[in-house]
Parts: sequence; structure tokens; C-alpha cells
Amino acid sequence: MSNETIDLKTRLVTDFYARESVMNGEASSAFHQKKRAALAEFDQLGFPTTRNEEWKYSNVKDLTSVLYNFNAGSSITTADLEDLRIPSQEANILYFINGHYNADLSVLVSAASQIIIDSLQEAYKKDPVLVNTYFNELVEDEKDAFTALNTAFAHDGVFIHIPDNQTVEHPVILRFISDARIQNVGSQPRNIIAVGRNAHVKVAEAYRTLGNERSFTNTVTEIFVSEDAGVEYYKVQNESENAYHIGTTKVKMLDRSQFYSGTVTLNGRFTRNNLNIILDGERCEAHMYGLYFPDGTQHVDNHTVADHRKPNSESNELYKGILRDRSKGVFNGKIFVRPDAQKTNAFQSCKNIVLSTDATMNTKPQLEIFADDVKCSHGTTTGQIDEEALFYMRSRGISQSEAMALLMFAFCADVISQIRIDSIREYLEGVIAEKLASK
Amino acid sequence: MLSINELRASIEGKEILKGINLEIKPGEVHAIMGPNGSGKSTLASVLAGREEYEVTGGTVVFDGKEILDMAPEERAAEGIFLAFQYPVEIPGVTTINFLKTAVNEIRKYKGESPLDAAQFLKMVREKAKLVSMNDSLLKRALNEGFSGGEKKRNEIFQMAVLEPKLAILDETDSGLDIDALRIVAEGVNSLRSPDRSAIVVTHYQRLLDYIVPDYVHVLYKGRIVKSGTKELAFELEEKGYDWIKAEVEAVG
Ligand SMILES: Nc1ncnc2c1ncn2[C@@H]1O[C@H](COP(=O)(O)OP(=O)(O)OP(=O)(O)O)[C@@H](O)[C@H]1O
Ligand SMILES: [Mg+2]
Repeated sequence: MSNETIDLKTRLVTDFYARESVMNGEASSAFHQKKRAALAEFDQLGFPTTRNEEWKYSNVKDLTSVLYNFNAGSSITTADLEDLRIPSQEANILYFINGHYNADLSVLVSAASQIIIDSLQEAYKKDPVLVNTYFNELVEDEKDAFTALNTAFAHDGVFIHIPDNQTVEHPVILRFISDARIQNVGSQPRNIIAVGRNAHVKVAEAYRTLGNERSFTNTVTEIFVSEDAGVEYYKVQNESENAYHIGTTKVKMLDRSQFYSGTVTLNGRFTRNNLNIILDGERCEAHMYGLYFPDGTQHVDNHTVADHRKPNSESNELYKGILRDRSKGVFNGKIFVRPDAQKTNAFQSCKNIVLSTDATMNTKPQLEIFADDVKCSHGTTTGQIDEEALFYMRSRGISQSEAMALLMFAFCADVISQIRIDSIREYLEGVIAEKLASK
Repeated sequence: MLSINELRASIEGKEILKGINLEIKPGEVHAIMGPNGSGKSTLASVLAGREEYEVTGGTVVFDGKEILDMAPEERAAEGIFLAFQYPVEIPGVTTINFLKTAVNEIRKYKGESPLDAAQFLKMVREKAKLVSMNDSLLKRALNEGFSGGEKKRNEIFQMAVLEPKLAILDETDSGLDIDALRIVAEGVNSLRSPDRSAIVVTHYQRLLDYIVPDYVHVLYKGRIVKSGTKELAFELEEKGYDWIKAEVEAVG
């Protein structure tokens, strides 16, 4: 481990205690005690190395070798947002600039009786007990340095609470923007989405960067899905060539609930997404879709877990990637079927097109099945563009580059079509078509 | 229109075409027959520009231009069309979208403006009718899950849309029922004109009842070993290829 690594870690630990020393009575709150424990865990674990099995193919040395300003202000205005805009649709749109909620830029359209949306800070001020019933409940036992670090510094992000039986018509779009125009910036958004019984909501996290200095986003989202509830959750990452992103989303599902997710990584220097779903109810349905397009020397790592704990539930997963140049992709998909989880159906598939001999894709399905009456399947493929198809198209007059773009777009189509927030799907179709046509 | 001169081609170091000579004038239909493995599909592929085949000698002049250095898409834009013996399935790309891209890429090549959606749909509907192609197939992914006959019909449909100067049909008749065979043949015949030509690769004289060729050639071991008129096809139907093989071996 290099000195620089220790520097970032030491700096973060020192920062924590400096902040704590100026807290008044709040330091003894249950909320702060969770943070304190998390800091100790982070301190003890340290940043992972590639000797850690979970980080075998993803080296964070580069990420941890510099310092970031975690309290960077931003002079961002609406004008700056123009080219960061996702074509609008009526939605609740919340802006977080360098991790901090910006009320001026944000727009809320849904009725407060249907959905409570607050910044985490605001929500905690209003009802510390409510926030504390959810905060860290799902990720406490993750044993992951980045998650612990996020918990220790949890300060801002979103708190969403949907009362029972409410169907929220307008999606919630969370826009996390790193303003890295003048310095290296760090942010650690912490989000809680608590969905009541038979309630339904669509939420998207969209990550963008301004400027070319380094940005480091370390984000954690905890999602509670009650009985009969339905949640659609999307994550769209279109960050800069100097953006590092580590994110963990952990979901707990109760009886008869449904969870759909789409994780699309369009751009970013180093991306690690953990999506960890506990199916803690019967007749649950979890769907996970993912897409990634690294080029240059970009690195995209998706780790997913479907943890079946009760009988009769189903999980279904499809991740796809197109890798160019010297980029690297990692997919690790775990399926656990606990002894009680009889009659589980679990499907997993990861398909990749590798367009360059210098690009690499590491795929690792990991199935641990402790029940006997289950249906599980998994498959991974890594291949090139279908030459037969390419010739067929060219023989009809379609240029090689256009034919490639069509074939690659077709390859992505079954994942893109799963994104059910129209404005985001259309945005993705546009960006992806452009991306595929560009080379 | 097309002039093939001493064409040689190999794949994986194995020579398949061993000096092909063929002269096709505007408006003519030439049938190519010959035993399995003799090189018929190879010839068709080389003419369409398949890059796996290495051309080791000879020239191919189409409409006054040497085409062997052209990319497949350029040849298509110049007016060459290959109906594949085994059409490729392309999941995720609809037939209609695929064709629209093809039509507009070719128009772009010719310096013409792209067809708008309405013009394109009108044209496609007419052509679909011509080959009795069901509209529902157009909206499906290209050839994916199509029956053998549907795939072949889709090839002819594409040909009708693209209106090539030279159509190369590689066993388009195989796998078709009697009605489909007639429809496909009618589609081909409707395109016949004094300035369009066709190469029809087939194993069966039956197709030539519908698409009457001006010439019939026998390809054997990478060479055209016999040429004649449509009567030659009858003779082959009756006697098989042994007598031709014997003739070739006798010459040495
Ligand atoms: N990719 C390839 N690799 C190796 N050999 C090949 C390849 N493609 C074709 N050949 C060989 O070239 C020869 C000619 O094949 P071709 O497909 O042109 O025959 P054909 O006359 O069309 O036969 P058929 O009537 O069965 O369609 C065959 O011996 C075939 O095995
Ligand atoms: Mg053949």
C-alpha cells in the first residue's frame, strides 16, 4: 500500500473526528453512534486492495492516490445545467451539487400526501426517529470500506417515503452533479427510499460531471419495499473521463413486492456498482438490467446479489456490455438461495461484445443454492460482432460503420426497452445511438 | 453488364474458384447449376464482396467498373444484389428499419436525398404485395424465427425494394412450396427488363420453367465446364452430372 493511500484514509478519519469535536449534544444521538461505528469499521478495513476477492479485478489505487475536497462549494447556476439536461418530462427533479441538496434548482410536482421527498438533512431535522429507523438498517453488515465510509459521513442525499397504498404518478429524478471545474471534488450522497404497502414509485439516480478535474462519488442508497409494493429504480451514469464512482444500492423486498432496476453506465473513468437485493418475502419479483459502454481505458464493474430468503420468489437478471479500446469490464453476479427458499426461480445472464483485442471482460456468476426445489440458470457470453450479420447488412448497401452501429444498438435494445421512465429511455436511446455511431 | 475474367479465389488457403469466365449482357438471365461443393455460392459471395474469400487472380468488371476492390456496400450501391442461400437472422433489427437504412444509404451514395417515412412506406407496401409478403413479417426482427420459405421470400422482397441491376439468386428456390416458388419467380420476372440481368443458381430445372434463362452454365470444381441454353438444364435433370464429370476428367 502506497503512502498516498494512507493519506486519503488518514485525512478522512481526521476530518471525521474534527467534525465530531464541534458537535453539541447531537454527538450522542443514535444516528451519530451509527456513523461513529461505521468510521471505526472503515478505519479498520481500509481501502480494499485486489487481494480482497470482491475487488479482485478492480483496483482503487488510482482513485485513492489523491485528495478530494468533500466540502467544495459550487457556483453552479441554471445556465450551467443546460447541457446536462435530460429531456424533461413532468417529474420531481432534485439536484445535488457536490453531494449537497440544491433547493433552488429542484422542482417537486407530486402532492405531499402521496410522497414525502426531503433532503436527508431536512428529513432528519423534521423527524429524526423516522429517519433513524431506516438509516443504515440494510447496509450495516456489508463489510465494505466504501459503504462504511459513506455511512460515517452521511449528511445529505434524499429521503423518500411513500405512505401505504399510494401510487406516485410522476417519477423522482435525482440528479447528482459533481462540479469539478476548479478542483478535485468528493461527494458521498446517502439516499433512503422507503415504500409503504401496496405503494408504487419510480426513482432514477442520474450522475453527471462538470469540468475535468477529478471527481469521486461514493454513494449509498437503501431501498425498503413493503408488501405488495412496486419500485422501479434506475441509475444512469454519464460522468467525465476523470470521474470515479463507487455506488452501493441495497434493497429489501417483502411479500409480493416487485422491484425493477436498470443500471446504465455510459461514461466515467472508474465505476463500481453494487446492487444487492434481499428477497425477504414470498412471491416477490426482482428484475435487474444493466448496460455499459466503456472505451479508452475506462473501467466498469457491476457486482450484483440476489439473495433469496423465502419460498416462491423470482429474480431475473440481464446485463450487457460493449467494450472498446483498452477498457475493462467486470461482472460478478451472486445468487443465494437459502434453505427456506424452496420453489425459487433465479435467472442470470451477462452478454458482452468485445470490439478490441486489448479490451477485457471478466465475468463471474456465483450461485450458492441451499434449497433443493429451485430453478436456477446462468450464462455469460463474450464475443465479437457477428461477421455473417455484418456482411449481410453490407451486401444491402449499409456501410460497415452504420451496420456495426445498428447491430450494437440491437444488442442493447432489450435492456434499453426495460427503462420505463420515458424521458430517460429516450435520452438513453439518443446518447447510445450517438455513442455507437461515433467510432 | 458483367464480365468475369479468369477469376480465382480461395478460402483458408484452399482454392475454390479456379479461373471463371462469364459474360453477361444487359437483360440476360444466366442459370448456374452444378454438383454440391462445386463453388456456386463461393462465386456468388465473391461477386458480392465477402471479405473472407481471397481473390487470387482475374478481374470482374461491372457496368464498366472494376469491382474487386470495392467494399460490399459499394457494390450494392452500384446495383449488385445477392439473395443468400442461407439468409442471416438479425435479432433486434426490424426488417422495415433495416431496409429503410439500406435504401437511404444507397440513395446517399448516389447523391440522392433520403426518402421520407411516407414515401418509403408506400413503396414498401407495393413491393410487399408483389411478392405476397405478409406485413407482419416486416415489423419482426430480420429473419429471426422466419420459416425457411419466409426467409427466401424476404430475400426477393428486398430485391424488389432495392431494384438492383444485377441480381444473384443463390438457390432461392430451395425450401419453397409450389405456390411460393411461383410467387418468387413472378417477383423476379417482374423485375426483368432490357437493362437488368440476373444470375440464378439452382439445382432444379423446375425453377427455370418459371424464370426462363438465356443461358445455362455448369460449374464443376471451380470452373465453368459446360454452357448451353435452357435445353442443357433438361438434359442435366434427366442424366445427372456423371457424363459431364466424365467429359471433364477425359480432357484432364
Ligand atoms: N469458409 C470456408 N472454409 C473452408 N471451406 C469452405 C468455406 N466456404 C466454402 N468452402 C468450401 O468451398 C467449396 C465450395 O463451396 P460452395 O458453398 O461454393 O459450393 P456450392 O457449389 O454452393 O454447393 P451447394 O450446391 O452445396 O450449395 C466446398 O468444398 C466448401 O466446403
Ligand atoms: Mg451453395
